[in-house]
Amino acid sequence: MLISLFITCYNDTLYPRTGQAVVTVLERLGHTVEFRAAQTCCGQMHYNNGYQTDAFSLMEKFLDNFGDAGVICVPSASCVAMIREHYPVMAANSGNPGIIAQVNSLVPRVFEFSELLVDKLGVEDTGAFFPHTVTLHSSCHSLRSLRVGDKPERLLRNVQGLTYIPLEDADQCCGFGGTFAVKNVDVSTAMVADKARCILNTKAEICAALDNSCLMQIGGMLSRMNAGVQTVHIAEILAAIPAGARP
Amino acid sequence: MSVRVGEAASAPTFPVAAKELMQNEQLRRNVRNATGIIRNKRATVVGEMPDWQELRDTAHAIKDHTLRHLDRYLVEFEESCTRAGGKVHWARDADEANSIAIGIIQAQNETEVIKVKTMTTDEIGMNRALEASGITPYETDLADLIVQLGHDKPSHIVVPALHRNKMEIRELFMRTMGLAELGTRAEDIAEAARIYLREKFLRVPVAISGANFAVAETGSICVVESEGNGRMCVSLPRVLISVVGIEKVTPKFEDLEVFLQLLSRSATGERMNPYNSIWTGVAPGDGPQEFHVILLDNGRTKVLADTVSRETLDCIRCGACLNACPVYRQTGGHAYGSIYAGPIGAILTPQMQSMEHSQTLPYASSLCGACYEVCPVKINIPEILIHLRNKLVESGDTSATERMGMKAAAWAMSDAANLSTARQFGRIGQMAFTSNGMIHHLPGMMSAWTATRDMPAIPPESFRQWWAKRAREKRP
Repeated sequence: MLISLFITCYNDTLYPRTGQAVVTVLERLGHTVEFRAAQTCCGQMHYNNGYQTDAFSLMEKFLDNFGDAGVICVPSASCVAMIREHYPVMAANSGNPGIIAQVNSLVPRVFEFSELLVDKLGVEDTGAFFPHTVTLHSSCHSLRSLRVGDKPERLLRNVQGLTYIPLEDADQCCGFGGTFAVKNVDVSTAMVADKARCILNTKAEICAALDNSCLMQIGGMLSRMNAGVQTVHIAEILAAIPAGARP
Repeated sequence: MSVRVGEAASAPTFPVAAKELMQNEQLRRNVRNATGIIRNKRATVVGEMPDWQELRDTAHAIKDHTLRHLDRYLVEFEESCTRAGGKVHWARDADEANSIAIGIIQAQNETEVIKVKTMTTDEIGMNRALEASGITPYETDLADLIVQLGHDKPSHIVVPALHRNKMEIRELFMRTMGLAELGTRAEDIAEAARIYLREKFLRVPVAISGANFAVAETGSICVVESEGNGRMCVSLPRVLISVVGIEKVTPKFEDLEVFLQLLSRSATGERMNPYNSIWTGVAPGDGPQEFHVILLDNGRTKVLADTVSRETLDCIRCGACLNACPVYRQTGGHAYGSIYAGPIGAILTPQMQSMEHSQTLPYASSLCGACYEVCPVKINIPEILIHLRNKLVESGDTSATERMGMKAAAWAMSDAANLSTARQFGRIGQMAFTSNGMIHHLPGMMSAWTATRDMPAIPPESFRQWWAKRAREKRP
């Protein structure tokens, strides 16, 4: 299957390894990945902060870039939520039948990475090997917008060598929330401190998630605490194979 | 007309208030403990309802229909209530509502009132207005009594004294009721309140209530409470005044079937609420012989005028969004500077009382969506928060720094080449602050991030650079 990767702006800029891991996993499963170089951002930051005009321009750009793409893979639940929940709202508000039709056609082709694997490709065992204890942070968008349920957990439990430890209070927000993390720094910090405490209670070596935005917040706190726990996008775990093995 | 919501006009901004409140470890423990208990009870009793989602959809549909035809249903309520022997008054704002109530009490030559379901009257600052006219109000809901005796402010829609624990309340009662001794069991403390309140119930001949629902079809008022003190308030006095926000009207009596199921399970995690008082006008020889309803606007028609956010008025004041909110659970209710705290307060207060004094409230959320998920009438709170942020942006009420940042980001995202350029600038800019791939300190706006958390540095190679390099290498 030809899969078009929407890397997202912050993965492109800050977390290139996540994108590389997505490519590794999909190619290992026998699929072809394309990357459309004109892509930038889904517009989530502008939309969530009330800059709807800018968000609309970015949506138009996205529609231009991915108008004829077949299956679109996005390694970020919050960006998928933006496309799935808010593109239709913006399109409807524009009253432009062309835009509405383009968004209606786009939305069913967009898959978050774990959705793509489990729902579209029917894969729960990606052939990964990762001999570490791992806990999973369920991002708010994956939980309440995408309703991915236990898909990421099933993917992790099928990784050889991996010990999965559930996280307590898993439905609690990590406190990132985009500009919330700086506009309400004290509340945001208190929220991530709670999250860090739950993660440390698991004694896991790694905290994984579908969203690097949450992991920037959680990892930033764990790093400041010198906690020694690493944060890793789930794709990077699913891409891992034994040292020396041929992919 | 001047709309005011409690003391929201003079409240500090949310981040400032939150910072101060979060220093109070006892308060945070109380809030977390109480919201945790109610959350779990709610989850259990909601989980046993096979038709919960259908109930939510039905409630949302009833509210949507009612708000679209509010003009008609309010007039129908007035006619029904009048027919049943009640008297309906219309108040545009706080001052009008307060002077109507004071006029009724003074016409009785009375100087004391008992009160229950007091939130709407808190919204309009009624107690202060009564006291200024020489009338003493006694709150009779246990939590409202605790707030009143402590010269405190409510911090939760359903559990106004949630920020106080048992021993704090015991100390307060001993001090304000003049008790030399008081046991430490909850029963002992409740008994002290009971003795204090019973005397008021039997003596004071005028009561003021709020309302949960007002039924247009029958002219009935419904008050839902847990203690029975409300039942005494609405049945014992000679004169009863109910202050009712105009959004509380519902077309049919049978609508209560939907709302009472949703409300009790969402609010307190109970299958059925202990006291559901419903009365219709005046019944000779039984209950109050004079009954007044004050229909209150106080900014509600302004909320109604915005088709995107009008569903804010669907709220049945269950407080489930407060208990679910990770922000509220850190700060408690006082940070919201309004009697309407939590996610619903963050959208209701700024809409009722224009945006000027409460413009930090739409940002007091990480948009995690927990509020929307538990809302029994399906108010899309995150979407309304974004809508209110958009209104602030459109009116130019955001900071110059933010506008510049968003403009720069829009430029960077408008073209892939711009994004690469911005990334290069970032790489250069971060050099002075980076060690081992992490940033521990940043200047300017981002110093708020690095005050408490580290940040990953922008790595040498972007994904698209890696991809381009790989494509070149793959080429034969």
